[in-house]
Amino acid sequence: MTTTTVHAPATGRPAPRAQTRRAPRRIRVLTFDDWMSLGGSLLSSLALVVVVYEHLVDGSGTLGFLVVWYLTFLAIYAGVVAMSNPRPIVVDRLVTTALWAISGVVVFALSTTLVYTLARGWQAFTHLNFFTRTMAGVSPTAPLTQGGILHAIVGTFIEVGIAVLISVPLGIGTAVYMAETAGRGPRFVRTVVEAMTALPEILAGLFVYALLIIHGFPKSGMAAAIAMAVTMTPIVARAGEVSLRVVPGGLREASYALGASRFRTVRKVVLPSAKAGLATATILGVARGVGETAVVLIASGASTFMAINPVKNPMNSLPLFIFTAVKTGEPLQIQRAFGAASVLLAIVLALFVAARVFSRDKAGNR
Amino acid sequence: MAITVPEPSPPRPAPQPRRVEPGLEPSDRWFQAGSTAIGWSVLVITGAVGVFLGVQSVPTLRHYGLNFFTTVEWNPQFDRIGIAAVLLGTVEVAFVAMVVAFPLALGFALFISDYAPRWAKGWLVSAIDLMAAVPSIIYGLWGFYLLKPHAINLSRWLSQHFGWFPLFHVNTDPNAAVWQQSQYTSSAFIAGLAVSMMAIPLACAVMRAVFDQAPIGEREAALALGGTRWGVIRKVVLPFGKGGIIGGSMLALGRALGETAAVAIILSPAYLLSPRILQSGAQTTSALIAGNFGSATRSQLSALLTAGFVLFLITLAVNSTAAFVISRSRSGASTEI
Repeated sequence: MTTTTVHAPATGRPAPRAQTRRAPRRIRVLTFDDWMSLGGSLLSSLALVVVVYEHLVDGSGTLGFLVVWYLTFLAIYAGVVAMSNPRPIVVDRLVTTALWAISGVVVFALSTTLVYTLARGWQAFTHLNFFTRTMAGVSPTAPLTQGGILHAIVGTFIEVGIAVLISVPLGIGTAVYMAETAGRGPRFVRTVVEAMTALPEILAGLFVYALLIIHGFPKSGMAAAIAMAVTMTPIVARAGEVSLRVVPGGLREASYALGASRFRTVRKVVLPSAKAGLATATILGVARGVGETAVVLIASGASTFMAINPVKNPMNSLPLFIFTAVKTGEPLQIQRAFGAASVLLAIVLALFVAARVFSRDKAGNR
Repeated sequence: MAITVPEPSPPRPAPQPRRVEPGLEPSDRWFQAGSTAIGWSVLVITGAVGVFLGVQSVPTLRHYGLNFFTTVEWNPQFDRIGIAAVLLGTVEVAFVAMVVAFPLALGFALFISDYAPRWAKGWLVSAIDLMAAVPSIIYGLWGFYLLKPHAINLSRWLSQHFGWFPLFHVNTDPNAAVWQQSQYTSSAFIAGLAVSMMAIPLACAVMRAVFDQAPIGEREAALALGGTRWGVIRKVVLPFGKGGIIGGSMLALGRALGETAAVAIILSPAYLLSPRILQSGAQTTSALIAGNFGSATRSQLSALLTAGFVLFLITLAVNSTAAFVISRSRSGASTEI
């Protein structure tokens, strides 16, 4: 930024002059001066806001304090930087602080979501029956020592399992079509797939309702799984296509040169090379399916008892259990809801870590 | 020795080039047909969603006619059903969500692509992916139990100082010593804040992917001319990523329009044509469907499916435009390594 080629880098010993002149301009290094103006502005704005806002204006709330502090900081910092720098650099500094603040807000919001859910779910976790019993015959006001969410956990796994069986072949097939075929068709399909990734889940539920349930198909885990597959397929397809595209073209051509047909090339070269990426795509799809509430609400409906047969009875799932439990407004049900939310979050986190590990393997192999 | 002159042979046909393109092998023909069929099945599913919802909504549209779109209340007992209020509510929630999500997503994407320390980049990308993977119902819990008690202070402050603006007006005295918190709790504003948590990762992921593709040569050229980092962003990254910004935001908008569970937890249903986003009580299309589906009779079901059909048309239009813009923006989609 301000460090020009004339100055030596702020840290380390000064390099010989001839080398310094050739070194590229450092754009990410802050000099001592920069650090001081940043820290000084932070401190002085804090002091000013504490005096004025807390004691003179009598402002309310932590949120208001932080916002006023930040705005004061921006003003002071702009003034300090402007004392020794031209305008473009002042603007650059202000944008930098704004982007740091925005990123801080986003990361903070995400981490509060995770921490808060797990912290409030802890209470339900201390009772073992929470994982081994169902809510059959248990009243919503019963203490946490009775009942549990086993039926919702089992239901989630069955539904997502069936949905994976449908959506992964379909999604990877679509990915192969989009990545391995040229022309206008795949491009159009890609646009539609991209649009379908943001399809509201409730519409997938309504679709299965209008397609099957109106014509006599029972409201069941199977119906929910089909609806889930509708929303999962585009996600698997899009992520899968990305991973197929990074398979080096040279591998394909080598296979063709050996006389392999296109089918054989895809089966023996492209798909195995993209294995890790396809696993990641599957996991992304599963993570989406696991969290779907409205789909299960419409295609299956909530239940309090265990259902193993996917085509017979309504089959509950974790998100739907959370939804119905919160809607009752009973404090104990809300505790159960947070317990179920923690389980759900733990599943999603585990899937997420698995996806990371898989994609890291891929990076290491190449 | 007699020299035999070769007899002129009958004129041969002009030599034809050998056919270089061999016919497809049988296995390839099957492969081609099969992958095309699977690829187009996604289109068939999309079409089927529209067709089946459309067919189911015929009786409702025949019964209510255009009044279905202009009636405010949802009152099946008196046979007065319409989606004017819920459409407005849907737009309000999505509007709030996008007003919050757009700057955050854009800023975060720029931060990841241009500002973050190199070691932090991978972690931040993971954070965005994780944020997208967290189920919407959990954001609903977060918004309802953690965010709401803080956000109503903000609501009150807005209505105190900007109450003259219809959007921020609340039907109560915001300056009262004991203010009526319940007037602020279940508003479209708070629902929108929760939905923005789902919109941010979608928009941010698309934007970041496009920003990362901004040509390195142009970036370095801008730096070589003495530009600051912000100068590089303004003159190189943002113009290059315009399509990604628009497309990603619209994709997030499509998501925000259809979000169900989180909204249904936070909003308390009210069928009003009111612009007051800070006031408790509103309803969105998807929350209407989720809330009334369990107890609906046959004709009400048809009405709900019609509402779903309208939502489908809206989100399909938004999402397809978004997908089109995104696909245009990355012209060199195929990366040949």
